[in-house]
Amino acid sequence: MSVVQTSIGTDHLDFSQPEKGASLASGLPVSVTLQWLRDMMLIREFEVRTMQAYQDRKIGGFCHVYIGQEAVAVGTIAALRKEDPVVTAYRDHGHALARGMDPKYCMAEMYGRVGGCAKGKGGSMHMFDRINHLYGGHGIVGAQTPLGAGLAFGTKYYDTVINGGRSERVTLCFLGDGALNQGAFHEALNLSGLLDLPVIYIVENNGYSMGTSINRGTTMAHAICEKARGYGIRSCEIDGMDVCNVYDAMKPLVDEVRETSTPAFVDMRTYRFKGHSMSDPRKYRPREEEEVYETGDPIGKLRDQLLGRGAIDDDALKAMAKEIRGEVRDSMKWAEASPAPDPAVDLYHDVFVEPMGPYTGTSYPQMIQECEGTQGQDG
Amino acid sequence: MTRTIEFRDALNEAMSEEMRRDKRVFLLGEEVAEYDGAYKVSRGMLKEFGPDRIVDTPISESGFSGMAIGAAMLGLRPIVEFMSWSFSLVAADPILNNAPKMLYMSGGQFGCPIVIRGNDGAGGQLGSTHSWCVEGLYSNVPGLKMAIPAFPADAKGLLKTAIRDDDPVFFLESERLLAYKDEVPEEEYLIPFGRALVRREGTDCTLVSFGRPVHFCLEAAEELAKEGISCEVIDGRTIRPLDLDTIVESVRKTNYCVVVDQSWSFGSPGSEIAAQVHAACFDDLDNAVGRVHSADVPTPYATELEHEYLPNARRICEAVRATTYNA
Repeated sequence: MSVVQTSIGTDHLDFSQPEKGASLASGLPVSVTLQWLRDMMLIREFEVRTMQAYQDRKIGGFCHVYIGQEAVAVGTIAALRKEDPVVTAYRDHGHALARGMDPKYCMAEMYGRVGGCAKGKGGSMHMFDRINHLYGGHGIVGAQTPLGAGLAFGTKYYDTVINGGRSERVTLCFLGDGALNQGAFHEALNLSGLLDLPVIYIVENNGYSMGTSINRGTTMAHAICEKARGYGIRSCEIDGMDVCNVYDAMKPLVDEVRETSTPAFVDMRTYRFKGHSMSDPRKYRPREEEEVYETGDPIGKLRDQLLGRGAIDDDALKAMAKEIRGEVRDSMKWAEASPAPDPAVDLYHDVFVEPMGPYTGTSYPQMIQECEGTQGQDG
Repeated sequence: MTRTIEFRDALNEAMSEEMRRDKRVFLLGEEVAEYDGAYKVSRGMLKEFGPDRIVDTPISESGFSGMAIGAAMLGLRPIVEFMSWSFSLVAADPILNNAPKMLYMSGGQFGCPIVIRGNDGAGGQLGSTHSWCVEGLYSNVPGLKMAIPAFPADAKGLLKTAIRDDDPVFFLESERLLAYKDEVPEEEYLIPFGRALVRREGTDCTLVSFGRPVHFCLEAAEELAKEGISCEVIDGRTIRPLDLDTIVESVRKTNYCVVVDQSWSFGSPGSEIAAQVHAACFDDLDNAVGRVHSADVPTPYATELEHEYLPNARRICEAVRATTYNA
């Protein structure tokens, strides 16, 4: 068993190969675990192709890929109910896909096409999905943390004050470790503790805020749960490089937050295999560190576990990979074929709900319109 | 039927009526509940609606305004009270980057039906950090509406409209007007946005203003009438949307216009309105549009300095005389 020591202090992470027959996620049929493998492989393939499309200048602006962190989005969201709100930062493609967004709407958004989830008005950092209760994609570091508190305030208010029942929903608010140093984060934690809000703040602690190691930017970097403790909020560390482990740790936590209607905080240890954004040469971290983490690839880990247990064989795995490649390729074709927004029609649309002056009101994107009977999920 | 009530009670009535009508509406902010409001605007509301709907917050403007925006995305209708709009500066990211842009950035999926209200402008010797007129800063941002009432009846009717509006509304009150008493209708009413009101009819010069300076304009008009200059005073009531039509109609009659705006002059609602009037009334104007703003300095503390800093009646009279000199 090898113990890995790196700059972010990941001595709790074990990248050794699992023993044959080791248990997977507790209490779940293996078909669920297989689906997680597929979900993570889809995110990985999607992001690889996103990088290529960015190089090909099909995608512009700022673009942050999720490669390496797939187990976090997949394992946490698996512990939720469909109606639980999710909000995240700008590294958001993985959350959108894990929440159930069809890759074609996500890709078309980055292509800046009308078929995108936000009609090409949001871009890579601003993925929204009303049907799947994804409340963004937010570009300013830490800005989504008060929004997460507000979503939890809102569900609790709807469930108790308006509907007269008990608080039923749990909000997941993802943030990067860089957001720990923003004032908005601390205000949101204080409010969440004070008002007993059913929200879980999940710090996707990949050790770097852009090019700054957490040790250079954050006090108590080795034990960030202390920050939550200061606000009286329960907290835990989770190895985010193992999807089964993520689910097993998150499920009871989600249940507890749902039951008690009080907040929680997670130091989710993970690693981004690529740079902060597409323009990042990663000169601030040693190549050796990256290699160590790559041996703990969450996809490879689960794949080997499933192969070892005979839950899947090489042929089925290849077929799955091929299917995913096709799905992502199709999403790119779909994005390519989706029309560019027409300034005469789209520029002044969606600014105000009410038509007024040059503003022409608002409407749902194609993604919502194509799903019948799912509009108006308020409350 | 009408009765005479204070501006603050008109605001209270608007919020209370809307909260009785719609359970999605709630109020949050510093001292709104147990203290009965820092300026007693929410007096009695905790007792009627309880702590679930009248929510005291700590002094965390960024946190609680962002929280309200998250709740609004979910479909609730929060009213955020800033004790002073001066304190909104620490909440600039949520109120400017989230609320007015959410609908656009989400491609029409998530609106933000929030009302943010509080005291705006000089409150009386509060010094430069507590005397912000945020209409100059915030009216620049597309995606928000901005109302700025000058009289109790407008305060009530416009606030009810703001609460029912599906878009974010920045509602600017004045501490100096909260005790102002005037007639307010007994029966329920709403005042639509984008409808200016002619407060005083006149023939020689159009005065355009918003909020507290409307009172300065009425004072100036009284003074100028003694000199034989008849001013028409227009109370814009909302800055976004702006009722340019009412202003243009008046300027076509008087051929002169002076804009009175309590924000600083550079890049302000006053400069915008002057530009729009110049464009719309170029052939009607007998002189360039005059402008009276707060002095281009930080808001001073001393009474004499603060009075001179504001767009007071004397400065308005001087501007009208200078603008109409060739009449």
